[in-house]
Amino acid sequence: MKRRTRLSWLWFSIGIVYFFLPLAATFLFSLHGKKGVLSFAAYRNVFVDPDFLKTFGFSLEMAVLTVLVGLALIVPTAIWIQLKVPKAKPLFDVFTLLPFAIPPIILAFGLIRSYSRPPLALVSSPVLLVAGYVIISFPYIYRSVDSGLRAMDLRGLCEAAQSLGAGWGSLLFRVVLPNLRTALLSATFLTLAIVIGELTLAVLLAWPAFGPYMALMGRNRAYEPAALAILSFALTWGSIGLIQALTRTDRDKGPGVGAGAH
Amino acid sequence: MAAGIERAGAAPERGRTVADAPGPRLQGRAWLRGVRPWGGLLPFLAFAFLFMIVPASSIVVGSFQSASGSFTLANFAHLLTPSILGSYLITIKVSAATAFIGGLLGFLIAYAISVGGLPKSLKYFMSTFSGVASNFAGVPLAFAFIATLGRVGLVTVLLRTLFGVELYDSGFNLYSFWGLTLTYTYFQIPLMILIIEPSLEGMKKEWREASESLGASSFQYWLKVGVPVLLPSLLAALILLFGNAFGAYATAYALTGGLINIVPILIGAQIRGNVLHDANLGYALAFGMVIVMTISILAYTWLQRLSSRWVK
Repeated sequence: MKRRTRLSWLWFSIGIVYFFLPLAATFLFSLHGKKGVLSFAAYRNVFVDPDFLKTFGFSLEMAVLTVLVGLALIVPTAIWIQLKVPKAKPLFDVFTLLPFAIPPIILAFGLIRSYSRPPLALVSSPVLLVAGYVIISFPYIYRSVDSGLRAMDLRGLCEAAQSLGAGWGSLLFRVVLPNLRTALLSATFLTLAIVIGELTLAVLLAWPAFGPYMALMGRNRAYEPAALAILSFALTWGSIGLIQALTRTDRDKGPGVGAGAH
Repeated sequence: MAAGIERAGAAPERGRTVADAPGPRLQGRAWLRGVRPWGGLLPFLAFAFLFMIVPASSIVVGSFQSASGSFTLANFAHLLTPSILGSYLITIKVSAATAFIGGLLGFLIAYAISVGGLPKSLKYFMSTFSGVASNFAGVPLAFAFIATLGRVGLVTVLLRTLFGVELYDSGFNLYSFWGLTLTYTYFQIPLMILIIEPSLEGMKKEWREASESLGASSFQYWLKVGVPVLLPSLLAALILLFGNAFGAYATAYALTGGLINIVPILIGAQIRGNVLHDANLGYALAFGMVIVMTISILAYTWLQRLSSRWVK
């Protein structure tokens, strides 16, 4: 018993070292922007670079579009399936989890091959980028929404609302969506965190997004990339920490958080 | 196939309405009523078809085509050239190594925080952190490891000034096999923790008590009970980690600048036209990757089904 706990501490400590040594080293490294003293010069350089704001803004815009399209596709479909065609659930499961099995590099390749010539020449339109991002974020959105729907009595709520005279519109916007608030927020933050720093699709479809910008900085600068890494980590930590806090208060099992776009 | 599913969906509807509404005309409408709900899935299915199924199948089709578009198997013969086989080999080696190291460390940490007797607060901390760290990948992760273990990285310099150890003279290089493996392991460990922790929690206390009361040591318990029960989940998790590393592009791209010969980087180079090969070789490369991923997913689903017998 005692030995087991001692060993547990050992494994836990190894994990802490593996997780935090690179973060600590990166943070210290990022403070070397000015020669001889520790300073936040690298961070200042990042923020004053006009390309930083431009690419970050672009990626944020794409991420927001991705969230809107992704939610618009998944939420009504998930509700519809639960109410009207429960038989379609397994098919829906497969389709929403399939993107885990398709690496972004394959998706990018396929999208370019399929949509670079008429009738659908989309390759130079942001539509294709957002569409790809929506596919990548399917599993994350689906898992949040699904756990949200499972936590509530959808059928009972709908019957109650309809017996009080609610139409489909007020049913969706005044009954179901408010109950899904936490799930929708988790899906949103997770998608934002993944899409904003995404590299593969952005690079291969040649968009001036934040991921390619960071990669370029990595080639040309020494300390600014470390600052960017710390900022990205803070962003991811912020989004996911928020999700965890939200879902914990709901006593939910929590959204599926894992396996980002590597 | 879609028609088959639709008809299956319609069947109970028809059965219900036939009793109170006889006549062929009404029966036909009832059938329609059974199909109509499927129409609600159309927007989603159309989107998934256009931007997921079509692109994925175009890769498969393309790998059977020559540059002029006719059917050929030549692309697969090209896959057998030493350089391409070599890059598949190194990709498999990196993926297997990170799956194994990440899987082992992740399992031990998950064990420590679930049944290992550590305070509950550490468990919450570690699982929250794992949620973050498993998503901390791609470019920023590469930067973090460059700042830590790169040629002028903090740990590299520290080892030199404190212990006189020249990391890069001893054969280590962040931009090759071990560097990539160490870096990928950073997101593999937390992913393993997230996947395997529920299975560890699901192991019944009674099993351990029963084996202890029969005189089994901790080692014997794990050998005869713990590992056999967990084996399907463990293998499934390892496969998931393997696939996760196998398809990774962003981290390797940012870490090595596209200079390491792993399959995703090669495919990327083909797409960007950096390499003077034919495009269809790119399709064949991608197809090889699709095959590896498909096998992984099938094995994963099968093992998941096996493990659900024991651990819920």
